[in-house]
Amino acid sequence: MHFPATQPRKSLYYQYQVFPHFHSQEPVITDAETVTVVGAGPIGMTTALLLAKQGVKVILLSSELQLSEGSRALVYTKRSMEILHAVGAAEKIMSKALPWTHGNSIYKGQVAFRMESPTSEHDQYAPLNNLQQNWLEHFLLETIHENDNIEVRWGNNVVNHVQQDDQVTLTVHTPEGEYQHTSKWVVAADGGRSPIRERMKLRMEGASYEGRFVIADIRIKLDYPTERLAYFSPDWNPGNTILMHREPDSIWRFDYQLDSTVTPEEALKPENLHKAVQDQLKMIGQDHLEWEMDWSTVYSARALTLDNYVQNRIIFVGDAAHLLPIFGVRGANTGFQDAQDLSWKLAAAVKGWAAESILGSYTFDRVGAAREIIAEAGKSTRFMAPPTDGYKLLRDAVLSLSLEHEFVRPLYHWRTSRPHAYTHSPLNSQFDDNAQMSEQTENGALIPNIKFADGSYLYSYISGRFSVLAITENGQLPQALVHEVEQLKAKDIPVQLIALNIDGQKVEAADRNLAINTDIAQQRLLAQSGAIYLVRPGHHINGRWLNYRENALTQTFEQFANVENGVAA
Amino acid sequence: MSLIAIDDLEKVYDHLAESLDSIPAEKRELFLVKLALLSANQLQDGSVFQQLINQAKVFED
Repeated sequence: MHFPATQPRKSLYYQYQVFPHFHSQEPVITDAETVTVVGAGPIGMTTALLLAKQGVKVILLSSELQLSEGSRALVYTKRSMEILHAVGAAEKIMSKALPWTHGNSIYKGQVAFRMESPTSEHDQYAPLNNLQQNWLEHFLLETIHENDNIEVRWGNNVVNHVQQDDQVTLTVHTPEGEYQHTSKWVVAADGGRSPIRERMKLRMEGASYEGRFVIADIRIKLDYPTERLAYFSPDWNPGNTILMHREPDSIWRFDYQLDSTVTPEEALKPENLHKAVQDQLKMIGQDHLEWEMDWSTVYSARALTLDNYVQNRIIFVGDAAHLLPIFGVRGANTGFQDAQDLSWKLAAAVKGWAAESILGSYTFDRVGAAREIIAEAGKSTRFMAPPTDGYKLLRDAVLSLSLEHEFVRPLYHWRTSRPHAYTHSPLNSQFDDNAQMSEQTENGALIPNIKFADGSYLYSYISGRFSVLAITENGQLPQALVHEVEQLKAKDIPVQLIALNIDGQKVEAADRNLAINTDIAQQRLLAQSGAIYLVRPGHHINGRWLNYRENALTQTFEQFANVENGVAA
Repeated sequence: MSLIAIDDLEKVYDHLAESLDSIPAEKRELFLVKLALLSANQLQDGSVFQQLINQAKVFED
């Protein structure tokens, strides 16, 4: 038996709804085209939605009866918003989220470094967007409810699993007892403490940093713009770093490091939280304002990943697969990219148009991303929370120099999450002109988004299936290309042929025509008339040609059958 | 490699010693790290600075 809380969680800004639990008297055996996702956090829900968009049915198991507590993940990158756009939730999210571009690093009352995230007129979303996780989950759940392919089963706690050759059987505890749930594929999106990962005794590689951090969310009317504020070594807490983030609903996040002599229990005592918030408010001259505590938690900075996300028929995503430091917004934002990469590959295996071995490329591509993030995150963490006396001395020397000396100021700028390029992916075409074309749009990189004259964006047309983007003029496309794409479709590969007309002349044989111009072709796509991009369902470039080459698309898809499963190189 | 002129080095020697004396003991380490970073910036050569670090790390005992 499993008894999740039946009282709505407390929040000053979000009204929790308690959903009825699901129970089955009989064992559940899903059909071969159904995927079971364990965990209904942002990554579990996004994986479910992306799978459903590709025609896969999903059963989503949540051990709780309500959405998660507190603001938690908070900051979502442009890339995350693009993925959330692909699932149909971005518009709802942006109706409430707060977009921002600037971060301020403050020392001794002065802005020592001001970070500006680059933006482009072709971006659909701001570089960074703040929204409490419960609200994000709320909008994802609304989107799920609009989708017939997904069923959410609340109050379903997975307590055991048994893998066989062609299926996984989960033992599920509910408020009414126990039942068995059997599915061909299980996605483990069960979070940082992943019980599935723990039961499998899978080891994670990487580093755990010393130091714990407190998050305290308060409701206060602070009249600051939405920008990240980072206070280094404030007078009330020398050597520490305090972050402040604006959230919707007049909520502000205070995030600070705990002294190593203080236990988490001690730190979370109301009087200690109150004192820290009040001291910080006093330092910024706002201690006359009234405020109220909403939610608080303690977390530790870790940089760990599994070395293989595909364990037979159980596949790990998000925090269940890796634990990444939140400096530089790398937690949930990495998870969304996992979800996007996994969803089309798993859909391909479920639908049968690719061999199951394609899932090996999910491990290769996403473990590679996690390792890159771990290396980058280490740099931020070493500055934000110096792990040794030596690092602390260097950090303090930089702070001290920064007010007078410009050269040290860029050290304040912690590298924020950026989309990983699958440069060495085993799926990238080996039959193309990649080596002869511009590095900026190399295989594995994201195809740049394009804003069209009517206000629509390229990504809206190319999500969830493969796209052959051909730059055309005079309304011409090689007949053999049209025929080859038809042949691929006949093999049930979800692929479309899009003509990007640089002279406004449409190509009748294309599935879609989009008008660009020579400048956009050259500046955004770094290509001329006749060039072709093969783009993955998740917007990453999978092959590119200066001109159409017969049978090369087909050969590229044939590569998908030859991926070696296992540990990423 | 050319050497710093002896009278220049003597000035550096005295000024550094007097500066260390004028700084509270608990700030001396920080002072030296700041000085090192400023010197690295002046050098504009990371690999030369690495060599200097390695040379300074050699202790006779």
